[in-house]
Amino acid sequence: MRYVLKIVLALTITCGACAFSLAFVSRVTKDKIEQNARKRIEDAIMRLAPETKKIEEVKAAGGIYQLYDAKNSLVSLAFLAEGDGYQGKIKMLGVIAPSLERMQGVEIIDSVETPGLGARIAEDFFKDQFKTLRVAPAIECVKDKVSADNQISAITGATISSRAVANIMNKRVAELKTRFGK
Amino acid sequence: MKDFLAGLWKEHPLLRQLLGMCSTLAVTTSVVNGISMGLGVVFVLVFSCLIVSCIRKFVPDEVRIAVYAAVIATFVTIVDIFFKANFPDISRSLGPYVPLIIVNCIILGRCEAFASKNDMWPSVKDALGMGLGYTWVLIVLGAIRELLGAGTILGFKIMPASYEPMVIMLLPAGAFIVLGFIVAIMNKLEQK
Repeated sequence: MRYVLKIVLALTITCGACAFSLAFVSRVTKDKIEQNARKRIEDAIMRLAPETKKIEEVKAAGGIYQLYDAKNSLVSLAFLAEGDGYQGKIKMLGVIAPSLERMQGVEIIDSVETPGLGARIAEDFFKDQFKTLRVAPAIECVKDKVSADNQISAITGATISSRAVANIMNKRVAELKTRFGK
Repeated sequence: MKDFLAGLWKEHPLLRQLLGMCSTLAVTTSVVNGISMGLGVVFVLVFSCLIVSCIRKFVPDEVRIAVYAAVIATFVTIVDIFFKANFPDISRSLGPYVPLIIVNCIILGRCEAFASKNDMWPSVKDALGMGLGYTWVLIVLGAIRELLGAGTILGFKIMPASYEPMVIMLLPAGAFIVLGFIVAIMNKLEQK
């Protein structure tokens, strides 16, 4: 009986001490981690829409931001989009004109695509295709030459990752349309 | 001194004991990853072994592994949170491999094999040696893979522009190939 008590006591004390120190560390760093996450989104927005002066998150709609310029007029909408890539989730930020007709750019926030192949979706030559890309009726990912202004050309050897980016964007743009569209 | 040096060469955790392979192969796509993962492991290893050595006389044998695991998990979580707060880019590129230090067998291995039987000071020296041994191999692996797979070292271009990167070096197969060669060289050197 005494031995059982000793075991229980040893485990309780250890776990208590662990929990206490973790709670402390997490409390000290919580603000900084949130700040990092916010800064990452803001940096991406500023890269895509440098004229932005004010970012306003649309309440009750997770991950949608209205961007205003110096004259306080709405220039674009920014939105977070997430979906399955080749090896795991791809998390992106898209910026689109308020009319919801043309994209203004895409930034990759997080992805675990294959280095050297799928991971190239984060490179400029691929992302630049989204500047002024038309989203109606939908973004199309083609393997050969682009022939319409709603098409992007897939990265050689990474068709699945390229297509995933287009699909994730299409899905999210459709959501935006039902929310903000006329 | 003997305790410290063992981990660096003679009883090297990766090259002689072949422990902790999973994280080694997964994170060494670049030198920066190797350095940060290595230092994370050094921190966890040193403090876990210190605490384990401290409490070894009070912990009943039946629950010792559970207690070690809780201690290790605590330090790993601290490292994870620290990277997230201060080095968000590194934290992203190491991904799930920081939390996975918890099940890195080098750490539980040293706690059980050394720290639970020795005083605090030798335990810390042993942990430091093992941790730094792990780190240098991670850096070497990272350097070879980054150089051949991306043509850079620490992000600086080393290879001439005409060099076509060998993407396979950044994939898991490249990790196995390079590590295989390093272990083979190590075996050859130690044969005599």
